[in-house]
Amino acid sequence: MAAATLETVQRTDSLPVIVLAGDWTLATLPQPLAPFERRLRELAGTGSGWDLQSISRLDSAGAIVLWRNWGRRWPASLVVGSEHRLLLERVEAIVAELPGRSSERLAWLLVPGRLAIVALDHLAGMVALIGQMVLDFGYLLVHPRDIPWREFSANLYKSGAQALPVTALIGFLIGIVLSYLSALQLKNFGADVFIVNLLGISIVRELGPVLVAVLVAGRSGSAMTAQLGVMRVTEEIDALATMGVSRSLRLVLPKVVALAVTMPLLVIWCSAAGIIGGMVSANLQMDLSYGFFIDTLPRVVPVANVWIGIGKGLVFGLLIGLIACHFGLRVKPNTESLSANTTSSVVTSITVAILVDAVFAILTRSFGIPL
Amino acid sequence: MEARPTAVPAIQIRRLTTRFGDVVIHRDIDLDLMPGQMLGLVGGSGSGKTTLLREIVGLLAPSQGSVRLFGQTVLDSDPQRRRLLRRRFGMLFQQGALFSALSVFDNIAFPLRELRLFDEALIRDLVLLKLAMVELEPRHCRLMPAELSGGMVKRVALARALSLEPELLVLDEPTAGLDPDRSENFVRLLKALQNELGFTVVMVTHDLGTLLGLATRLAVLADHRIVASGTVDEVLAVDHPFIHNFFGVRHDMAAAGPRAS
Ligand SMILES: Nc1ncnc2c1ncn2[C@@H]1O[C@H](COP(=O)(O)OP(=O)(O)OP(=O)(O)O)[C@@H](O)[C@H]1O
Ligand SMILES: [Mg+2]
Repeated sequence: MAAATLETVQRTDSLPVIVLAGDWTLATLPQPLAPFERRLRELAGTGSGWDLQSISRLDSAGAIVLWRNWGRRWPASLVVGSEHRLLLERVEAIVAELPGRSSERLAWLLVPGRLAIVALDHLAGMVALIGQMVLDFGYLLVHPRDIPWREFSANLYKSGAQALPVTALIGFLIGIVLSYLSALQLKNFGADVFIVNLLGISIVRELGPVLVAVLVAGRSGSAMTAQLGVMRVTEEIDALATMGVSRSLRLVLPKVVALAVTMPLLVIWCSAAGIIGGMVSANLQMDLSYGFFIDTLPRVVPVANVWIGIGKGLVFGLLIGLIACHFGLRVKPNTESLSANTTSSVVTSITVAILVDAVFAILTRSFGIPL
Repeated sequence: MEARPTAVPAIQIRRLTTRFGDVVIHRDIDLDLMPGQMLGLVGGSGSGKTTLLREIVGLLAPSQGSVRLFGQTVLDSDPQRRRLLRRRFGMLFQQGALFSALSVFDNIAFPLRELRLFDEALIRDLVLLKLAMVELEPRHCRLMPAELSGGMVKRVALARALSLEPELLVLDEPTAGLDPDRSENFVRLLKALQNELGFTVVMVTHDLGTLLGLATRLAVLADHRIVASGTVDEVLAVDHPFIHNFFGVRHDMAAAGPRAS
């Protein structure tokens, strides 16, 4: 491969001729390009003739470099082989202006408006999804044969059974830490025995449901969004639609219902692990016997707390499932949108769960707190 | 083009065997392609054409045997050498494989930007030129891959494969999904480009028009082997059921077409 060269040759009469030779291709153009182009421009400015016949290979990069340094027009005198002329003519035909995005002035003013529209759009989407689910429920009541049992049980297994180890581990560890830290404080007041009240109420009522919500949103919520999203990208959802299979019935409903069923159970499981962790820690640190702990627990933690925890689990499960499916169905068929929606799904689920938890705290403030 | 004295084959495949688990796809394949030749690779559906192309460009390691491009092994252990070699060829995937998050313009500009040699204005001109070559209009620039028709995806993918001015062009069914007019234009375009730039082409196609219009050599993949390779006439002379079916039946169809309509 020969490098691209250019030299000025004084032929017999008046003006010199610029003779180009070698390979004028992407790979052989001199680097850096800028000084070379400057030289070309200067030569073009002299108005001398151009001789391109000795060029052995000219590709589009070479042709464009020549063309734009000629000032985007043909030089007055040019000798060039027919194929190379063809290429240069193609370059000539390139439009000068891209039909671009019109740059908007005061674009920043539009931002809050756009945000509001997006928020409303999400809200409308969620409402539509909930409405569709209600309709699906009604349909399934009339046509129980169409209940998607297989999808439902698959989702139960994936988001419930497979989550058991990790929720137990997290619950247990949090129980230990909480118990350890509380014990340090309680000892100072000689109030050791109150560790049972403290752990029982905080874990059963608050920590269990919130921990499980965060875990499930990160584990199952993201998986559901990604699954629906990829099905959008690969047109699988469209394929389902052409087979007359309702995507809400087959894809959304089983996911949401499965989460609504598994979340309360996971909450009980996680809370139990937390209490066991706390019990072990209290036993090691304060010599509180297991028997005493287990005896005291039901007396100091009213059973209403368990119901509140389970209720929270149910509501969180529904919300996480709905949010995950909502974002999954909004994925546009490209990878960027897939990752953005998966992120939004998890962040929104966790935020909403914590907001709803606060609402629960207010609504249930008169229940389950021993006086 | 005059033959170069020290002609290194653009592609040299030696005793290549491919297995997926227990399933044998290729058995002891040998193939040579000299620079400037255009090879048409044909074979039944599922005969392993795409797999062979993937092995040629180094996306898949053959179970046995070797592939050399321009005298270098594709799966060179030195990443720098491997990268330099990979810049010398362009591939058009069967499904297009456009970057779904980038617009048409950015898809074609992507490999050029990766070079870090050119300014944005030059890249813009190059992209528009490639687009014009594949008969797309500047207004298509801002479309996203999901908003393209199947044939447009092919053409954008071809433009992207051409953007680095490759010495070797690997095309997997370039004209599938194009209307006959466009296929013809594609054949003309590729021929013209090949005349100008002298690159080497390997293509898989089921389209007889494209095949006979472009390919200077044919290779037929059947029964896990290359059952025939050489010039078109040499291949047509080989006695093999697949060759009879592929060329025979289609000739009949082409002949019967006008009468039937
Ligand atoms: N990753 C893989 N794992 C297992 N088998 C594979 C894999 N990739 C391809 N195959 C098998 O190899 C065979 C050849 O596939 P290939 O995609 O190369 O076919 P092809 O000749 O390109 O067919 P077509 O003309 O339909 O595109 C097929 O039987 C396919 O099932
Ligand atoms: Mg294939």
